[in-house]
Amino acid sequence: MTFLQIGVLVLVALGGTILVFTRDAGAQPIVLSLFGLILALMFMIFQAPDVALSQIVVGAVGLPLMVLLAIAKLRRDEQFLKREKDRERKAQS
Amino acid sequence: MTPKWRLIVFFIGAAGIVCLFALVRAPVLRLNEFRNRYAQQINTRTFAERNVTDAVSAVNFDYRGFDTIGEEFILFVSVLGSLVLLRMAEERKDEILLDALDRKRDVGPSDATRLWILAMIAPKLVFGVYIVTHGQLTPGGGFQGGVILATAALILYLGEGFAVFRDVLSHTAIEVGEAAGAGAFVLIGMLAWFWRRPFLTNILPLGKSHELTSGGTMALISIATGLEVAAGFILLLYAFLQENLTIEGEE
Repeated sequence: MTFLQIGVLVLVALGGTILVFTRDAGAQPIVLSLFGLILALMFMIFQAPDVALSQIVVGAVGLPLMVLLAIAKLRRDEQFLKREKDRERKAQS
Repeated sequence: MTPKWRLIVFFIGAAGIVCLFALVRAPVLRLNEFRNRYAQQINTRTFAERNVTDAVSAVNFDYRGFDTIGEEFILFVSVLGSLVLLRMAEERKDEILLDALDRKRDVGPSDATRLWILAMIAPKLVFGVYIVTHGQLTPGGGFQGGVILATAALILYLGEGFAVFRDVLSHTAIEVGEAAGAGAFVLIGMLAWFWRRPFLTNILPLGKSHELTSGGTMALISIATGLEVAAGFILLLYAFLQENLTIEGEE
């Protein structure tokens, strides 16, 4: 193994650990995206450019985007339910 | 589950992974000497048999084309499933209309951002089409290129908002595009039946190597996949942004 390969594997281990310890739901997709880029770099260094390209588009763009949009939708749903509850309370009083 | 138990479960899994790595130590440490027999066969055959320079695309779209049909329909079905799950209940439309009024105050992106995004759309489209059509020559192919094309739609939304997104990309056209892409893959496979050959046989002329037309059906399948993937991702975006559609539609 070359130093480049060892280095990128260490980066992947570090990135994965940081990703696991990210607890804020808003920050998670961004960290996930960065981790996706590190994985793409790893595939590139291990001579798999096709996989690296797939990893960039899925891991750095597709997946974080879907997670982000899902979080946004959940928050809107929460707002909606809250307003519904407020209205019920108002109707009762 | 308490944090303590979580740690114990983690260490059991980690120990298993360490054991597996110890077992396969030799090929992992001497990666550059590792040779897989199937990979060697593919590397020596693709150029001679199919006139293409990217062995991975040859496996995806030709030698293992049938598996790729399965993968493509996984994507197709998951997009369909997401659309069903995300469709909006009728009774909630009025409520969201109210919400839209307080969102009117939202500040849009600055002019500099919008200009930059508009300038980036054309290069993105060219790059996506390049990756799709050069699948058999360089790394890439329909799947990767398709997602790149879909991100052009995404930045259009980021810069100009949903109204422009909806005007530029008709939902019906995108749906038809997705279905056509998925269908075209199967139809290209059936083309071989006219020559009385098995499904997905590469029957078209293989062309000259290093040229865009090389690889026979591979280029066509790559384009079909690109269309399906790009349209599928844009449909997902549409589904997530749909709430805004009803807001602006009723104003």
